[in-house]
Amino acid sequence: MIDWSPLILTFKLALITTILLLLVGIPLAYWLAYSKSKIKPVIETLVSMPLVLPPTVLGFYLLIAFSPNNSFGNWLNEWLGLRLIFSFEGLVLASILYSLPFMVQPIQSGLAALPKQLKEASYVLGKSKLRTAIKVLLPNIKTALLTGTVLSFAHTIGEFGVVLMIGGNIPGKTKVASIAIYDEVEALNYNTANIYSLILLGITFSILLIVYLVNGGYLKKFSR
Amino acid sequence: MIALSLHKMLHTAQGNMLLDIALNVPHGEFITLYGESGAGKTSILRILAGLLDPDDGKIAINNDVWLDTEKKINLSPQKRKVGYVFQEYALFPNMTVRKNLEYALEKNQKNQIIDELIDVIELGDLQHRNPSTLSGGQQQRVALARALVQTPDVLLLDEPLSALDIKMRLKLQAYILKVHKKYNLTTILVSHDIGEVLKLSDKVYVLEEGKIIRSGTPSEIFTSHQMSAKFRFTGEVVSIQQEEVVYIVTVLIGNNVVKVIAQNSEITDLTVGDKVMVASKAFNPVIQKIT
Repeated sequence: MIDWSPLILTFKLALITTILLLLVGIPLAYWLAYSKSKIKPVIETLVSMPLVLPPTVLGFYLLIAFSPNNSFGNWLNEWLGLRLIFSFEGLVLASILYSLPFMVQPIQSGLAALPKQLKEASYVLGKSKLRTAIKVLLPNIKTALLTGTVLSFAHTIGEFGVVLMIGGNIPGKTKVASIAIYDEVEALNYNTANIYSLILLGITFSILLIVYLVNGGYLKKFSR
Repeated sequence: MIALSLHKMLHTAQGNMLLDIALNVPHGEFITLYGESGAGKTSILRILAGLLDPDDGKIAINNDVWLDTEKKINLSPQKRKVGYVFQEYALFPNMTVRKNLEYALEKNQKNQIIDELIDVIELGDLQHRNPSTLSGGQQQRVALARALVQTPDVLLLDEPLSALDIKMRLKLQAYILKVHKKYNLTTILVSHDIGEVLKLSDKVYVLEEGKIIRSGTPSEIFTSHQMSAKFRFTGEVVSIQQEEVVYIVTVLIGNNVVKVIAQNSEITDLTVGDKVMVASKAFNPVIQKIT
């Protein structure tokens, strides 16, 4: 019988990461879509970095930053009681950074593609920026929100390097499916590795297929 | 009463242009800003609505100051009581017609105005449809109704009819006039359609390169300059045929084919494909309604 805990951990991580990413990603994407600030290109670059950077680089620096041996990690540990290396919380934070572009970019381009008159019409009608965003802008970029959510979720399921660097391989705590597969292969348990792999393959394929079906308008009911 | 004076440097495709405008519009008047595209008409409306900031200026509506750059007053669009109709309708696609109107309600405002507007602008059959299923004219009617939900004092119309065909345009002009009178609005229309201006407005301001170059009643502005019983068109000769003692020259003017009778002497140097001018002076034009 295979051990289900890496799979459960993976989906727990992906779910929490995606929910937190929605909360962080929407305001960030909104700012990036409408801001005329001079530091915008810098922020855009930082958000996109995980697309090109080896995950190990991100993991390495997070490991250094969060280590209780230096001042920032120590501060987190003493004041917030947060120990971010080799812990689930650390995995969540690393995953948020790692999947940030997958959430932010679709939403940002969705917002930028909306006619600016929608926003202006709402403002002239006396509605605040927040109300306009919630009632007018976001409902009209449903497909972008769905794309961002699903890609972030799928991408978190698929991460390996960051998790290994900052989380290590602690069963039930930081041993997610991708690491469990590596572990099983190392131990020559090809059968178990195969089961994990097949499950991940099937799930990520279905998730992405749903996105393309919805965005392509094949499932009319869901796509507004 | 709208009192407005403003300066703004606009950066256009043709280079920089200084918008320099001073206007006083009495309450209840219907005025038109007329001029070629790029003359700064829309910028004026956007500045009035608070969607664009001028470099300096003052805007006061009745006794409320909306903008005074010297005193650093600049109300946000949310705080200015205007109705704004955009050229591209700008209806919210995620709401039905009725929901679009309800969204416009102010806090604690009774929604009785919505039924009234649906009645006045005859949207009854459309109220539960989505904007994407409506024609351009229907969408613009909804946008007009939506702009009036908060019963603004000032109605700003930014070329609202330019995307519509002639029949729809006439219909909407009637609605615009109706609500202008019924709700006692001060209306500012941006338009470059002379017929529309003549029909709707009390006063016209002609803009060129960011400045008002002329103003007056529509008939003062347009009739003397652009209307006369003199026709002159250029076209291309399509064929020349001999009929008894005269020739019939067929000329293509725009998309219309015109037959002109010509004497022998007139056609000697004409061949098919020549560019010609067809002109006539001092005759009585016949006018007929297009159905």
